[in-house]
Amino acid sequence: MIDLENVAFSYGGGELLSDISLKLSPGSFHFLTGPSGSGKTTLLKLCYGALIPTAGYVHLFEADVRNMERDDIALARRRIGVVHQDCAFLDHLTVADNIALPLTVSGRDTLEEVANLRELTGWVGLTQRADALPPELSGGERQRAALARALIMSPDVILADEPTGNVDWEMSQRLLRLLIELNKMGKTIMIATHDLALIRAAKAHVQARVLRISNRRLQLAGADL
Amino acid sequence: MKLSFDIDSFRGLLAGDAQADRVVPPTGFTAWLTLFSAGAMAFLAVFALALSLATSRLADRWGDELARSSTIRISAPEGQSIAQTEAALRMLETTPGVASARALTKAEQQALLEPWFGPDLPVDTLPIPQLIEVIEEGSGFDAAGLRLRLSAEVPGAVLDDHTRWREPLVRAANRLRLLGWISLILIAGTVAAMITLAANAALSANAQVIGVLRLVGARDDYISGAFERRFTLRALTGAGCGMLAGVIAILFLPSAEVGGGFLTGLGFQGWHWIWPLIIPPLTALVAFLATRAAARRTLGGMS
Repeated sequence: MIDLENVAFSYGGGELLSDISLKLSPGSFHFLTGPSGSGKTTLLKLCYGALIPTAGYVHLFEADVRNMERDDIALARRRIGVVHQDCAFLDHLTVADNIALPLTVSGRDTLEEVANLRELTGWVGLTQRADALPPELSGGERQRAALARALIMSPDVILADEPTGNVDWEMSQRLLRLLIELNKMGKTIMIATHDLALIRAAKAHVQARVLRISNRRLQLAGADL
Repeated sequence: MKLSFDIDSFRGLLAGDAQADRVVPPTGFTAWLTLFSAGAMAFLAVFALALSLATSRLADRWGDELARSSTIRISAPEGQSIAQTEAALRMLETTPGVASARALTKAEQQALLEPWFGPDLPVDTLPIPQLIEVIEEGSGFDAAGLRLRLSAEVPGAVLDDHTRWREPLVRAANRLRLLGWISLILIAGTVAAMITLAANAALSANAQVIGVLRLVGARDDYISGAFERRFTLRALTGAGCGMLAGVIAILFLPSAEVGGGFLTGLGFQGWHWIWPLIIPPLTALVAFLATRAAARRTLGGMS
């Protein structure tokens, strides 16, 4: 699905990531961890074609990202649900409209999809907040709305960048359960987080591969996790 | 960068997409800038168009009417004027290419001089030359031959076939017409420049929105379409208002019959009133192309 092969990425003259190889197979569950500034968000962006590697290859659904037109990347992104670190909402649209945004931009805002939207909004527990504007939401509600938006297109892959960063423990557990449930439905999941407790909690329920970025390189995390 | 245009995309744009329109937040000053500049330019375009059409009519009239007529001036000593006038008229009756010829009456000559000397000019007491109006037919008469015959038989006659002063007038009118068309092109260019500036400002202000749209899989066509639609419809609205104001202003100009001068003839006649209606859709087209170019350029520059 998403394949990184000896990828390097440089920014501002310095190399941020080096010799990264990663394969996100269908139905797999990955955690990506590492200290702040280690390049977790950058690696996720490489995985959904928001950044082009300075060396190596990134394949999105078999296609080399370097050879893809912007519109091809846009089409590939419809198969990848991204939960952005700061949620990235359009503040002038309601929560329901934000969740439906991927449908809107792909011209799939049909009645059937609207029914799916209602179901999904209920699934993440935001039915009562559907008409609110994003600035009116709490941290947990924002994260759940971002997750709902990532899921609305029924993507093959979900990439989540610190999805529990702004929520309390109880809410982070709830979000984690949602992601585990999605993985059991066959979705490929990768979560970037520095919350080790969250990773430990997940490993009790799902076969997860934990990767750590250290010194610009990607390695399997130790048994302490 | 690919900049394509087809009728379907323009038609789809005018049909609108309510959902797509909502994803880009409303922008205050660029909306007013577009509306105002499109309106002002459409107002000016109406006048430039009116100038072009009026000068075109003027050039045609001068070209046609004056080319079909000539004047013979009889400046003879006192007592010979009538005889020379009659001789000239007789000669003209037998000249091929002359449809008619007649001597102007004292009243007509007085009317010609009235704008310069006032209504009380005593024409009878002044040595004013007698004028003969000659109307041509077919391919006209041989001016050089007629001059020779007049100089032999009517020594006080001078033939003026209007060529000397008609050509510069027609040339001037044609230059004015060209000026009008150049003004229209400059106005279209200014509209394009203003809308490009406004679109660039709107695109920069909405960089974060564009980032979110790309994050959720929006194609460049979708994103630029939202901006194109917005600016095109604004330009159409502004130009519609400006055109209407321009047409009303033209309607309130004094009529040509009342003033009788060139400037009072500035306006539209007959089916030419349709021409101003073309200004709003043309402005919309210019806005559409300018916004599309700006959007594609900006989107191409964003990672």
